[in-house]
Amino acid sequence: MSIISKDTTFLGYRRENGRVGVRNLVIILPLDDLSNAAAEAVAHNIKGALAIPHPYGRLQFGADLDLHFRTLIGTGCNPNVAAVVVIGIEDGWTQKVVDGIKTTGKPVVGFGIEQHGDHDTIMRASKAAREYVQWASEKQREACAIHELWVSTKCGESDTTSGCGSNPSVGNAFDKLHGLGSTLCFGETTEITGGENIVAARCANDAVRERFMFMFDRYQDVINRHKTSDLSDSQPTKGNIAGGLTTIEEKALGNIQKIGKKCTVDGVLDKAEMPTHPGLWFMDSSSAAAEMVTLCAASGYAVHFFPTGQGNVIGNPILPVIKICANPRTVRTMSEHVDVDVTGLLQRELTLDQAGDKLLECMLRTANGRLTAAEALGHREFVLTRLYESA
Amino acid sequence: MIHFVLHDAHDSVAVVVVEGVKAGMALKGWIMDEDRMVDIQARQDIPIGHKVALKDMSPGDTVIKYGIDMGKVVAPIRMGEHAHVHNIKTKRW
Repeated sequence: MSIISKDTTFLGYRRENGRVGVRNLVIILPLDDLSNAAAEAVAHNIKGALAIPHPYGRLQFGADLDLHFRTLIGTGCNPNVAAVVVIGIEDGWTQKVVDGIKTTGKPVVGFGIEQHGDHDTIMRASKAAREYVQWASEKQREACAIHELWVSTKCGESDTTSGCGSNPSVGNAFDKLHGLGSTLCFGETTEITGGENIVAARCANDAVRERFMFMFDRYQDVINRHKTSDLSDSQPTKGNIAGGLTTIEEKALGNIQKIGKKCTVDGVLDKAEMPTHPGLWFMDSSSAAAEMVTLCAASGYAVHFFPTGQGNVIGNPILPVIKICANPRTVRTMSEHVDVDVTGLLQRELTLDQAGDKLLECMLRTANGRLTAAEALGHREFVLTRLYESA
Repeated sequence: MIHFVLHDAHDSVAVVVVEGVKAGMALKGWIMDEDRMVDIQARQDIPIGHKVALKDMSPGDTVIKYGIDMGKVVAPIRMGEHAHVHNIKTKRW
Protein backbone atom coordinates (compact mmCIF):
# COMPACT_ATOMS: atom_id res chain seq x y z
CA MET A 1 0.00 0.00 0.00
CA SER A 2 1.68 3.19 -1.20
CA ILE A 3 1.38 6.53 0.57
CA ILE A 4 -0.21 7.89 -2.63
CA SER A 5 -3.49 6.94 -4.29
CA LYS A 6 -5.70 8.53 -6.94
CA ASP A 7 -7.34 10.56 -4.15
CA THR A 8 -4.06 12.14 -3.02
CA THR A 9 -3.94 15.90 -3.48
CA PHE A 10 -1.31 18.62 -3.17
CA LEU A 11 -1.59 22.39 -2.95
CA GLY A 12 -0.67 23.92 -6.27
CA TYR A 13 -1.22 27.04 -8.35
CA ARG A 14 -3.70 26.44 -11.15
CA ARG A 15 -2.76 28.53 -14.20
CA GLU A 16 -4.93 30.08 -16.91
CA ASN A 17 -4.48 27.04 -19.21
CA GLY A 18 -5.35 24.51 -16.49
CA ARG A 19 -1.78 23.34 -15.84
CA VAL A 20 -0.71 23.21 -12.18
CA GLY A 21 2.49 24.70 -10.78
CA VAL A 22 4.11 24.41 -7.36
CA ARG A 23 5.94 27.74 -7.39
CA ASN A 24 4.59 31.20 -8.17
CA LEU A 25 7.47 32.94 -9.91
CA VAL A 26 7.63 36.16 -11.88
CA ILE A 27 10.62 35.77 -14.18
CA ILE A 28 12.63 38.32 -16.15
CA LEU A 29 13.69 36.33 -19.19
CA PRO A 30 16.47 37.62 -21.46
CA LEU A 31 16.19 36.66 -25.11
CA ASP A 32 19.96 36.88 -25.50
CA ASP A 33 23.29 37.44 -23.72
CA LEU A 34 23.13 41.21 -24.35
CA SER A 35 19.95 41.55 -22.32
CA ASN A 36 21.21 39.89 -19.14
CA ALA A 37 22.30 43.20 -17.56
CA ALA A 38 18.88 44.82 -18.02
CA ALA A 39 17.08 41.68 -16.82
CA GLU A 40 19.23 41.52 -13.70
CA ALA A 41 18.70 45.23 -13.04
CA VAL A 42 14.92 44.75 -13.20
CA ALA A 43 15.09 41.81 -10.80
CA HIS A 44 17.21 43.97 -8.49
CA ASN A 45 14.62 46.77 -8.60
CA ILE A 46 11.56 44.60 -8.07
CA LYS A 47 11.61 42.34 -5.03
CA GLY A 48 10.28 38.90 -5.81
CA ALA A 49 11.15 39.01 -9.52
CA LEU A 50 13.74 36.50 -10.71
CA ALA A 51 16.14 37.12 -13.61
CA ILE A 52 17.27 34.05 -15.57
CA PRO A 53 20.49 35.09 -17.36
CA HIS A 54 22.15 32.87 -20.00
CA PRO A 55 24.94 33.27 -22.58
CA TYR A 56 23.16 32.64 -25.94
CA GLY A 57 20.58 33.91 -28.41
CA ARG A 58 22.59 35.67 -31.10
CA LEU A 59 23.07 34.50 -34.69
CA GLN A 60 21.77 31.04 -34.02
CA PHE A 61 20.01 29.42 -36.97
CA GLY A 62 18.10 26.34 -38.09
CA ALA A 63 17.38 23.55 -35.60
CA ASP A 64 19.65 25.19 -33.01
CA LEU A 65 17.62 28.42 -33.17
CA ASP A 66 14.37 26.45 -33.00
CA LEU A 67 15.65 24.79 -29.83
CA HIS A 68 16.62 28.19 -28.37
CA PHE A 69 13.09 29.50 -28.88
CA ARG A 70 11.51 26.24 -27.69
CA THR A 71 13.55 26.35 -24.48
CA LEU A 72 12.85 30.03 -23.69
CA ILE A 73 9.17 29.82 -24.58
CA GLY A 74 8.81 26.55 -22.67
CA THR A 75 10.47 28.09 -19.62
CA GLY A 76 7.98 30.97 -19.71
CA CYS A 77 5.06 28.55 -20.23
CA ASN A 78 6.05 26.36 -17.25
CA PRO A 79 3.23 26.41 -14.67
CA ASN A 80 5.70 27.22 -11.86
CA VAL A 81 5.87 30.64 -13.54
CA ALA A 82 3.02 33.10 -12.89
CA ALA A 83 4.08 35.90 -15.26
CA VAL A 84 6.98 36.79 -17.55
CA VAL A 85 8.85 39.92 -18.63
CA VAL A 86 10.96 39.24 -21.74
CA ILE A 87 13.86 41.55 -22.61
CA GLY A 88 15.78 41.29 -25.90
CA ILE A 89 18.22 43.42 -27.82
CA GLU A 90 15.65 43.92 -30.61
CA ASP A 91 11.89 43.62 -30.92
CA GLY A 92 11.42 40.84 -33.50
CA TRP A 93 12.73 37.78 -31.69
CA THR A 94 11.64 39.27 -28.34
CA GLN A 95 8.05 39.37 -29.60
CA LYS A 96 8.35 35.79 -30.88
CA VAL A 97 9.10 34.61 -27.31
CA VAL A 98 6.27 36.78 -25.92
CA ASP A 99 3.80 35.34 -28.46
CA GLY A 100 4.83 31.78 -27.60
CA ILE A 101 4.31 32.29 -23.87
CA LYS A 102 1.05 34.18 -24.47
CA THR A 103 -0.62 30.95 -25.69
CA THR A 104 -0.86 29.87 -22.03
CA GLY A 105 -2.97 32.94 -21.20
CA LYS A 106 -0.54 34.08 -18.49
CA PRO A 107 0.58 37.73 -18.28
CA VAL A 108 3.65 38.34 -20.48
CA VAL A 109 5.19 41.44 -22.04
CA GLY A 110 8.40 42.10 -23.99
CA PHE A 111 10.83 45.00 -24.26
CA GLY A 112 13.48 45.63 -26.95
CA ILE A 113 16.58 47.54 -25.95
CA GLU A 114 17.59 49.05 -29.33
CA GLN A 115 16.60 52.73 -29.75
CA HIS A 116 15.79 52.86 -26.02
CA GLY A 117 18.97 51.92 -24.19
CA ASP A 118 19.29 50.05 -20.92
CA HIS A 119 18.00 52.86 -18.67
CA ASP A 120 14.68 53.34 -20.41
CA THR A 121 14.21 49.59 -20.92
CA ILE A 122 14.95 48.84 -17.26
CA MET A 123 12.47 51.52 -16.19
CA ARG A 124 9.64 50.28 -18.41
CA ALA A 125 10.31 46.61 -17.67
CA SER A 126 10.49 47.34 -13.93
CA LYS A 127 7.05 48.95 -14.03
CA ALA A 128 5.61 45.84 -15.69
CA ALA A 129 7.47 43.51 -13.31
CA ARG A 130 6.20 45.43 -10.28
CA GLU A 131 2.60 45.00 -11.46
CA TYR A 132 3.13 41.28 -12.15
CA VAL A 133 4.77 40.61 -8.77
CA GLN A 134 1.94 42.27 -6.87
CA TRP A 135 -0.66 40.49 -9.01
CA ALA A 136 1.02 37.11 -8.51
CA SER A 137 1.34 37.64 -4.76
CA GLU A 138 -2.44 37.35 -4.46
CA LYS A 139 -2.58 33.93 -6.14
CA GLN A 140 -3.68 31.19 -3.75
CA ARG A 141 -2.71 27.53 -3.67
CA GLU A 142 -5.59 25.10 -4.14
CA ALA A 143 -6.03 21.34 -3.79
CA CYS A 144 -5.02 19.58 -7.03
CA ALA A 145 -5.12 15.90 -7.97
CA ILE A 146 -1.79 14.09 -7.84
CA HIS A 147 -1.88 13.19 -11.55
CA GLU A 148 -1.77 16.92 -12.34
CA LEU A 149 1.79 17.12 -11.02
CA TRP A 150 4.30 16.57 -13.83
CA VAL A 151 7.50 14.90 -12.59
CA SER A 152 10.84 14.57 -14.39
CA THR A 153 14.03 12.74 -13.43
CA LYS A 154 17.72 12.80 -14.23
CA CYS A 155 20.63 11.58 -12.11
CA GLY A 156 24.03 13.21 -11.68
CA GLU A 157 27.51 12.60 -10.28
CA SER A 158 26.29 9.05 -10.21
CA ASP A 159 28.22 6.25 -8.64
CA THR A 160 27.46 2.59 -8.07
CA THR A 161 25.15 3.44 -5.14
CA SER A 162 22.95 5.33 -7.64
CA GLY A 163 22.23 2.13 -9.55
CA CYS A 164 21.67 0.08 -6.37
CA GLY A 165 19.83 2.63 -4.25
CA SER A 166 18.75 6.10 -5.31
CA ASN A 167 17.82 5.31 -8.94
CA PRO A 168 15.67 2.25 -8.05
CA SER A 169 13.95 4.47 -5.44
CA VAL A 170 13.00 6.90 -8.22
CA GLY A 171 11.91 3.89 -10.29
CA ASN A 172 9.65 2.71 -7.47
CA ALA A 173 8.10 6.19 -7.17
CA PHE A 174 7.69 6.38 -10.98
CA ASP A 175 5.95 2.99 -11.04
CA LYS A 176 3.47 4.28 -8.45
CA LEU A 177 2.92 7.65 -10.19
CA HIS A 178 2.59 6.01 -13.62
CA GLY A 179 -0.21 3.84 -12.25
CA LEU A 180 -2.10 7.00 -11.26
CA GLY A 181 -1.90 8.59 -14.70
CA SER A 182 0.93 11.06 -14.05
CA THR A 183 2.99 12.75 -16.74
CA LEU A 184 6.62 11.72 -16.25
CA CYS A 185 9.94 12.16 -18.05
CA PHE A 186 13.44 10.66 -18.27
CA GLY A 187 16.19 11.11 -20.85
CA GLU A 188 20.03 11.30 -20.98
CA THR A 189 20.37 9.68 -24.40
CA THR A 190 24.06 8.67 -24.30
CA GLU A 191 23.60 7.34 -20.82
CA ILE A 192 21.30 4.63 -22.13
CA THR A 193 24.26 3.14 -24.08
CA GLY A 194 24.42 -0.55 -23.21
CA GLY A 195 20.82 -0.56 -21.97
CA GLU A 196 19.06 0.70 -25.11
CA ASN A 197 17.47 -2.70 -25.74
CA ILE A 198 15.97 -2.68 -22.26
CA VAL A 199 14.38 0.72 -22.84
CA ALA A 200 13.24 -0.32 -26.34
CA ALA A 201 11.57 -3.40 -24.85
CA ARG A 202 9.69 -1.17 -22.40
CA CYS A 203 8.24 1.05 -25.14
CA ALA A 204 4.44 0.91 -25.23
CA ASN A 205 4.23 0.19 -28.98
CA ASP A 206 6.27 -0.05 -32.18
CA ALA A 207 5.83 3.61 -33.10
CA VAL A 208 7.29 4.74 -29.76
CA ARG A 209 10.08 2.13 -30.05
CA GLU A 210 11.01 3.31 -33.52
CA ARG A 211 11.10 6.95 -32.40
CA PHE A 212 13.20 6.03 -29.33
CA MET A 213 15.74 4.13 -31.45
CA PHE A 214 15.85 7.04 -33.92
CA MET A 215 16.77 9.42 -31.08
CA PHE A 216 19.26 6.93 -29.63
CA ASP A 217 21.01 6.36 -32.99
CA ARG A 218 21.00 10.09 -33.78
CA TYR A 219 22.94 10.80 -30.57
CA GLN A 220 25.33 7.88 -31.18
CA ASP A 221 26.09 9.46 -34.57
CA VAL A 222 27.02 12.72 -32.82
CA ILE A 223 29.38 10.84 -30.48
CA ASN A 224 30.96 8.84 -33.30
CA ARG A 225 31.41 11.96 -35.45
CA HIS A 226 33.18 13.99 -32.76
CA LYS A 227 34.89 11.49 -30.50
CA THR A 228 38.68 11.34 -30.15
CA SER A 229 38.69 8.40 -27.71
CA ASP A 230 36.30 5.86 -26.16
CA LEU A 231 34.97 8.80 -24.05
CA SER A 232 36.44 7.21 -20.93
CA ASP A 233 37.33 10.72 -19.68
CA SER A 234 33.84 12.12 -20.28
CA GLN A 235 31.21 9.39 -20.05
CA PRO A 236 31.57 8.01 -17.36
CA THR A 237 32.82 11.30 -15.89
CA LYS A 238 35.87 11.60 -13.65
CA GLY A 239 33.44 11.91 -10.73
CA ASN A 240 31.60 8.74 -11.76
CA ILE A 241 34.92 6.85 -11.97
CA ALA A 242 36.07 8.17 -8.58
CA GLY A 243 32.74 6.87 -7.27
CA GLY A 244 33.42 3.39 -8.66
CA LEU A 245 31.59 3.37 -12.01
CA THR A 246 33.79 1.75 -14.65
CA THR A 247 32.07 1.71 -18.06
CA ILE A 248 29.27 3.52 -19.90
CA GLU A 249 27.32 0.25 -19.94
CA GLU A 250 27.47 -0.01 -16.15
CA LYS A 251 26.43 3.63 -15.81
CA ALA A 252 23.54 3.12 -18.26
CA LEU A 253 22.25 0.01 -16.50
CA GLY A 254 22.18 2.04 -13.28
CA ASN A 255 20.61 5.04 -15.01
CA ILE A 256 17.64 3.11 -16.37
CA GLN A 257 16.73 1.85 -12.90
CA LYS A 258 14.96 5.24 -12.72
CA ILE A 259 12.13 4.00 -14.95
CA GLY A 260 11.19 1.34 -12.45
CA LYS A 261 9.97 -2.15 -13.17
CA LYS A 262 6.46 -1.57 -14.49
CA CYS A 263 6.30 1.79 -16.32
CA THR A 264 5.90 1.64 -20.06
CA VAL A 265 7.65 4.29 -22.15
CA ASP A 266 4.61 5.97 -23.65
CA GLY A 267 6.11 8.67 -25.84
CA VAL A 268 9.28 10.30 -27.11
CA LEU A 269 10.11 14.01 -27.03
CA ASP A 270 12.73 15.98 -28.87
CA LYS A 271 14.62 18.41 -26.62
CA ALA A 272 12.25 20.84 -24.81
CA GLU A 273 9.15 19.52 -26.54
CA MET A 274 5.97 19.39 -24.47
CA PRO A 275 4.21 16.08 -23.73
CA THR A 276 0.76 15.77 -25.28
CA HIS A 277 -0.68 13.08 -23.01
CA PRO A 278 -0.01 11.44 -19.63
CA GLY A 279 2.51 8.63 -19.24
CA LEU A 280 6.28 8.23 -19.15
CA TRP A 281 8.13 10.19 -21.84
CA PHE A 282 11.69 9.69 -23.02
CA MET A 283 13.24 13.04 -23.94
CA ASP A 284 16.30 13.07 -26.18
CA SER A 285 18.76 15.09 -24.12
CA SER A 286 22.30 15.59 -22.96
CA SER A 287 23.34 13.77 -19.81
CA ALA A 288 24.89 16.97 -18.41
CA ALA A 289 22.80 17.77 -15.34
CA ALA A 290 21.97 21.45 -15.84
CA GLU A 291 21.27 21.03 -19.57
CA MET A 292 18.86 18.15 -18.99
CA VAL A 293 17.06 19.74 -16.04
CA THR A 294 16.69 23.02 -17.98
CA LEU A 295 15.09 21.02 -20.83
CA CYS A 296 12.71 19.30 -18.38
CA ALA A 297 11.64 22.70 -17.06
CA ALA A 298 11.09 23.91 -20.63
CA SER A 299 8.95 20.83 -21.34
CA GLY A 300 6.63 21.87 -18.53
CA TYR A 301 7.67 19.62 -15.64
CA ALA A 302 6.91 21.03 -12.18
CA VAL A 303 9.01 18.84 -9.84
CA HIS A 304 12.28 16.98 -10.51
CA PHE A 305 13.77 13.84 -8.91
CA PHE A 306 17.58 13.99 -8.91
CA PRO A 307 19.41 10.93 -7.58
CA THR A 308 23.08 11.49 -6.87
CA GLY A 309 25.91 9.30 -5.65
CA GLN A 310 29.00 11.46 -5.31
CA GLY A 311 27.02 14.64 -4.65
CA ASN A 312 25.90 16.78 -7.59
CA VAL A 313 24.70 20.14 -6.18
CA ILE A 314 22.52 21.26 -9.13
CA GLY A 315 19.33 23.32 -8.94
CA ASN A 316 17.18 25.17 -11.44
CA PRO A 317 15.60 28.64 -11.33
CA ILE A 318 12.03 27.45 -11.93
CA LEU A 319 12.00 23.69 -11.30
CA PRO A 320 12.42 22.41 -7.71
CA VAL A 321 15.12 19.71 -7.78
CA ILE A 322 14.75 17.03 -5.08
CA LYS A 323 18.06 15.26 -4.31
CA ILE A 324 17.98 11.65 -3.25
CA CYS A 325 21.13 9.79 -2.18
CA ALA A 326 22.05 6.25 -1.09
CA ASN A 327 25.78 6.82 -0.53
CA PRO A 328 26.47 7.07 3.24
CA ARG A 329 29.73 8.97 2.74
CA THR A 330 28.03 11.62 0.57
CA VAL A 331 25.13 11.95 3.00
CA ARG A 332 27.68 12.45 5.79
CA THR A 333 29.88 14.97 3.99
CA MET A 334 27.25 16.87 1.95
CA SER A 335 24.06 16.61 3.99
CA GLU A 336 23.00 20.18 3.18
CA HIS A 337 22.40 19.07 -0.44
CA VAL A 338 20.39 15.93 0.28
CA ASP A 339 16.58 16.04 0.55
CA VAL A 340 15.94 12.30 0.79
CA ASP A 341 18.38 9.89 2.47
CA VAL A 342 17.91 6.29 1.29
CA THR A 343 21.21 4.90 2.62
CA GLY A 344 19.15 2.42 4.67
CA LEU A 345 18.30 0.65 1.41
CA LEU A 346 21.83 -0.71 1.04
CA GLN A 347 21.89 -1.99 4.63
CA ARG A 348 18.55 -3.75 4.18
CA GLU A 349 17.03 -1.39 6.76
CA LEU A 350 14.66 0.15 4.22
CA THR A 351 12.69 -1.72 1.55
CA LEU A 352 12.53 -0.37 -1.98
CA ASP A 353 8.83 0.32 -1.45
CA GLN A 354 9.62 2.36 1.66
CA ALA A 355 12.39 4.26 -0.16
CA GLY A 356 10.00 5.10 -3.01
CA ASP A 357 7.39 6.30 -0.52
CA LYS A 358 9.99 8.41 1.28
CA LEU A 359 10.72 10.17 -2.01
CA LEU A 360 7.00 10.60 -2.78
CA GLU A 361 6.41 12.08 0.64
CA CYS A 362 9.18 14.62 0.00
CA MET A 363 7.66 15.27 -3.45
CA LEU A 364 4.29 16.16 -1.89
CA ARG A 365 5.91 18.41 0.71
CA THR A 366 7.92 20.11 -2.03
CA ALA A 367 4.80 20.52 -4.16
CA ASN A 368 3.00 22.03 -1.17
CA GLY A 369 5.73 24.66 -0.84
CA ARG A 370 8.70 23.25 1.08
CA LEU A 371 11.93 24.56 -0.41
CA THR A 372 14.35 21.92 -1.67
CA ALA A 373 17.98 21.94 -0.54
CA ALA A 374 18.97 23.35 -3.94
CA GLU A 375 16.40 26.15 -3.66
CA ALA A 376 17.48 27.06 -0.13
CA LEU A 377 21.13 27.08 -1.24
CA GLY A 378 20.36 29.32 -4.24
CA HIS A 379 21.25 26.84 -7.00
CA ARG A 380 19.70 28.23 -10.18
CA GLU A 381 21.65 26.60 -12.99
CA PHE A 382 19.96 27.56 -16.26
CA VAL A 383 21.92 26.03 -19.14
CA LEU A 384 20.70 26.10 -22.72
CA THR A 385 21.58 23.15 -24.95
CA ARG A 386 23.34 24.15 -28.18
CA LEU A 387 23.35 21.88 -31.24
CA TYR A 388 26.21 23.58 -33.17
CA GLU A 389 28.07 26.87 -33.81
CA SER A 390 26.32 30.21 -34.38
CA ALA A 391 26.33 31.67 -37.89
CA MET B 1 26.48 -5.21 8.45
CA ILE B 2 26.28 -5.52 4.67
CA HIS B 3 29.69 -4.85 3.06
CA PHE B 4 28.69 -5.26 -0.57
CA VAL B 5 25.57 -5.67 -2.71
CA LEU B 6 24.86 -7.29 -6.05
CA HIS B 7 21.73 -7.25 -8.15
CA ASP B 8 21.67 -10.66 -9.79
CA ALA B 9 23.06 -13.95 -8.47
CA HIS B 10 25.00 -14.37 -11.75
CA ASP B 11 26.82 -11.02 -11.47
CA SER B 12 30.62 -11.33 -11.62
CA VAL B 13 31.17 -8.07 -9.70
CA ALA B 14 29.49 -6.46 -6.68
CA VAL B 15 29.44 -2.97 -5.13
CA VAL B 16 31.15 -2.21 -1.81
CA VAL B 17 28.69 -0.07 0.19
CA VAL B 18 30.72 0.68 3.32
CA GLU B 19 33.91 2.64 3.96
CA GLY B 20 37.08 0.97 5.17
CA VAL B 21 37.17 -2.37 3.31
CA LYS B 22 40.77 -3.66 3.66
CA ALA B 23 42.66 -6.60 2.13
CA GLY B 24 41.98 -9.80 4.07
CA MET B 25 38.63 -8.73 5.50
CA ALA B 26 35.76 -11.21 5.44
CA LEU B 27 32.90 -9.48 3.63
CA LYS B 28 29.19 -10.12 3.78
CA GLY B 29 27.21 -9.45 0.60
CA TRP B 30 23.51 -9.14 -0.19
CA ILE B 31 22.02 -10.43 -3.45
CA MET B 32 19.24 -7.88 -3.82
CA ASP B 33 17.10 -9.72 -6.40
CA GLU B 34 17.00 -12.90 -4.28
CA ASP B 35 17.30 -11.33 -0.81
CA ARG B 36 20.05 -13.80 0.05
CA MET B 37 23.50 -13.33 1.66
CA VAL B 38 26.90 -14.42 0.33
CA ASP B 39 30.43 -14.31 1.78
CA ILE B 40 33.74 -13.41 0.18
CA GLN B 41 37.22 -12.40 1.32
CA ALA B 42 38.69 -9.11 0.10
CA ARG B 43 42.15 -9.51 -1.46
CA GLN B 44 42.73 -5.76 -1.79
CA ASP B 45 41.59 -2.51 -0.18
CA ILE B 46 38.39 -1.39 -1.95
CA PRO B 47 36.88 2.11 -1.56
CA ILE B 48 33.16 2.60 -0.95
CA GLY B 49 31.22 2.46 -4.22
CA HIS B 50 33.93 0.49 -6.01
CA LYS B 51 33.52 -3.10 -7.12
CA VAL B 52 34.82 -6.39 -5.76
CA ALA B 53 35.25 -9.32 -8.17
CA LEU B 54 33.14 -12.34 -7.26
CA LYS B 55 35.09 -14.78 -9.47
CA ASP B 56 38.41 -15.12 -11.29
CA MET B 57 38.29 -13.49 -14.73
CA SER B 58 40.64 -13.37 -17.73
CA PRO B 59 41.19 -10.73 -20.44
CA GLY B 60 38.39 -10.90 -22.99
CA ASP B 61 35.82 -12.17 -20.49
CA THR B 62 32.51 -10.31 -20.27
CA VAL B 63 31.76 -8.65 -16.93
CA ILE B 64 28.20 -9.17 -15.70
CA LYS B 65 26.34 -6.71 -13.46
CA TYR B 66 22.54 -6.36 -13.14
CA GLY B 67 22.65 -9.75 -14.89
CA ILE B 68 23.79 -7.89 -18.04
CA ASP B 69 27.01 -7.25 -20.03
CA MET B 70 28.76 -4.14 -18.60
CA GLY B 71 32.08 -4.40 -20.45
CA LYS B 72 35.17 -6.57 -21.00
CA VAL B 73 38.08 -7.67 -18.84
CA VAL B 74 41.42 -6.18 -20.01
CA ALA B 75 43.74 -7.48 -17.24
CA PRO B 76 43.44 -10.62 -15.09
CA ILE B 77 41.18 -10.26 -12.04
CA ARG B 78 41.06 -12.68 -9.11
CA MET B 79 38.09 -13.21 -6.83
CA GLY B 80 38.13 -10.62 -4.03
CA GLU B 81 40.18 -8.07 -6.00
CA HIS B 82 39.26 -4.49 -6.86
CA ALA B 83 37.50 -4.48 -10.25
CA HIS B 84 37.59 -1.07 -11.98
CA VAL B 85 39.02 0.95 -14.91
CA HIS B 86 42.48 -0.69 -14.54
CA ASN B 87 41.08 -4.13 -15.46
CA ILE B 88 37.67 -3.47 -17.14
CA LYS B 89 36.82 -1.37 -20.25
CA THR B 90 33.71 -0.52 -22.25
CA LYS B 91 32.80 -2.51 -25.38
CA ARG B 92 31.26 0.62 -26.91
CA TRP B 93 32.64 3.74 -28.61
